[in-house]
This record gives sequence, C-alpha cells and structure tokens, in this order.
Amino acid sequence: MIKVQEQDFDIGAELASLTDGNTSVGGLGCFVGLVRDMANEEQISSMTLEHYPGMTEKQLAALEAEARDRWTLLDVLIIHRYGRLEPGDRIVLVGTTSAHREAALESCHFLIDWLKTKAPFWKLEESDTGESWVAARDSDDDAADRWSDTATQSEQKKV
Amino acid sequence: MQLLYFGWVRTKIGSGRETLDPPAEIADVRSLVEWLKQRGDGYQEALQDLETIRVAVNQEMVDLDALVSPSDEIALFPPMTGG
Repeated sequence: MIKVQEQDFDIGAELASLTDGNTSVGGLGCFVGLVRDMANEEQISSMTLEHYPGMTEKQLAALEAEARDRWTLLDVLIIHRYGRLEPGDRIVLVGTTSAHREAALESCHFLIDWLKTKAPFWKLEESDTGESWVAARDSDDDAADRWSDTATQSEQKKV
Repeated sequence: MQLLYFGWVRTKIGSGRETLDPPAEIADVRSLVEWLKQRGDGYQEALQDLETIRVAVNQEMVDLDALVSPSDEIALFPPMTGG
C-alpha cells in the first residue's frame, strides 16, 4: 500500500495494521526516515519536500511491485510525507512483512535505497544562511545500484 | 503541451507549470529543451547542464531522445532526493 501525505503518521499503528489478523507473518522489516538537524555542518531549521503528484504514487507503486517480484512478501507499506517538516519530524516509513526475516529485511532495505533515487521528491533545506536544494548524492546512486546485482540476495525468487 | 518544473528547475525558471505551443519541428525532448532555453535567462540557467536534468513524459522517466507531442505532459527536474 502506498500513502503520499502531508500529515504525520503513527509508527505503531501503521506497523500493527501490517500484521494484525495475519498469523502467517513471521517477520516485519521497517525503516523510518527522519529530518536531521544538521546538513553540511549547518543547522537546519526546516526541510520542505516537494513532489510530483500523480507520478509519485505511480513510481512508489512500481517500487512496491518490484519488491514483491523479488521477494516473497505478505504485505508492503510505504508512507512518504511532503510539505514543510522540522528536525525530528518523520519523513518516510517503509514496512514489509514476510514469513521469514530475510525477505522482510532485505526488501525493506531495497525499497528505501531505490526510493531515494527513483521517487520524484525534492528537498529544500532552510538554515541561517538561507534556502538550498539538497543535491542528489553519488552514495545514494551506489546504494540503489547494488540491488541491480540480484545474485547477492538470499531469497531471490527463481525465474 | 503541458510543462511542469520541480526543484531548482522550478525556482530558476520561476514557474512550476505552464502550457506552451512549441513549433512543429520540436519532436523530441532534446530539441524541446534547446527551444525552452531560448525563452529567457531563467530557462537558460536552469537547463544549461543536461547532465543534471531528469525528464518525465506523461509521468514516465525518459531519456533526451524520447519523442514528444503536443498532448504530452512533460516534466523537467533535478535528480530526485526522496526518502
């Protein structure tokens, strides 16, 4: 399930909704991304997330489909916020459930790595020195690229 | 043709969305970008380095050689920074 929203989310309630009533779940993998207070050694007062309505939902749904194709998953939840956020605010939640931990943890890691470079969001940081757009990082590309080598995954579905 | 701009492409151009009617010979993304660059300093500055520009046509990522038509929704933006 994909949710693109301005409002905050309740981590406990969202994760519970992934597992409640489904006793075949053996493991839940989860990642929560938050706004840091420092960027490039500068104190950040806010971060505004802009996105491309319509395409964002399509891209996230495509990522979910890719994860479900690569691992045996029972459910996937991606929540991504947009709008003005402050340090400590939650930005994103990725939750994945499976019968076993490898699929849950690996697919969660895969989703957050791919989401960094394939979901149409842009971050504007505000600090004492003004506003600046967050630049894409090579390390994020590298993190996304390593999932291209599917042979390294432990629970790869056989094609 | 619907044009959408995001991130610093939007702030440099000074608008997030506009409807334009490019000449008929504008058939692909590359020629569209070159045409846009002649519309003003903001466009020129935003689009000068094609290495840093990402393009979606009708909400699908494409490369610079992708074809465009008057009914398309075309978005130009910097590399994405989600998560």
